[in-house]
Amino acid sequence: MRTHGDTAWLGSDSDQELVQRLLRRDEAAFVRLVDTYHFRLLRLALPLVGSRSVAEETVQDTWLAILDGLAGFEGRCSLKTWMFHILLNRARSRAAKEGRSLPFSALGPAEEGPVEEPERFTAAGMWAVPPSPWGVESPEALVLRGEAMECIEEVLAQLPANQRAVVTLRDVEGLAAEEVRELLQLSESNQRVLLHRGRAKLRRALEERFGEAR
Amino acid sequence: MLTCQQVTELVTRYLEGQMEWRQRVAFWCHLAVCPHCRRYVRQMRVTIATLGKLPEEPPPPQERKALLEHYRAWSQKPE
Ligand SMILES: [Zn+2]
Repeated sequence: MRTHGDTAWLGSDSDQELVQRLLRRDEAAFVRLVDTYHFRLLRLALPLVGSRSVAEETVQDTWLAILDGLAGFEGRCSLKTWMFHILLNRARSRAAKEGRSLPFSALGPAEEGPVEEPERFTAAGMWAVPPSPWGVESPEALVLRGEAMECIEEVLAQLPANQRAVVTLRDVEGLAAEEVRELLQLSESNQRVLLHRGRAKLRRALEERFGEAR
Repeated sequence: MLTCQQVTELVTRYLEGQMEWRQRVAFWCHLAVCPHCRRYVRQMRVTIATLGKLPEEPPPPQERKALLEHYRAWSQKPE
């Protein structure tokens, strides 16, 4: 399981220690929490609620709910996952009030068909137009190219909401697949299909941008 | 023998460790003989790893200030 993201700034602080500091009214700890998570809560809220302004309000609500719930944090999951749970709850109750449901609450995958264009394969299912080399094929090298990050952010923002939410939680935030399923209330196969389609589109976008002519 | 097209449909199952062993062996056997699919899987891994490195922005100052005020107000509440 990957747990990247929050270890860098937490240093030796465990989630429990951080929560204890927050409960002791440690403003510096709170500012660090906000600096680390505000953007990430917003990034997850965007696919959940549909508009930027509603997403911002939902994140505001979430912070208040986090403070009110802090004393009850038991450390059964990471603080990050716990905060995402609260965000999901806020988004759900808001959606319920407005008489709609979250994009993935009741869904089979909306898209069907193969992830790669059938024209790329021969009749026997072998590559006719194989994936083109990118010149750079390590994430480090791609990160150094700011355009790759821009490209990924752009395509991620255009994914259907349910794919975007799954990719954000699983790959951007690095949550375990079971945590993602539980948060979004998806079956294992739905979650996998959404992840698969989202990832495939992102890979293809990078290929279009960086693939070398053969 | 899996086809390349099947590999592109199964890659997430493979990378997520959600394959039963027969299927996994079939997948490996295909990769062993197919450089195109090896590249495909490698590009998927790079895509995923790059997603994990997307930049984050600190909140705008007024937002941070407003939240800090919420925290102060919350701190005043009796426990
Ligand atoms: Zn192949």
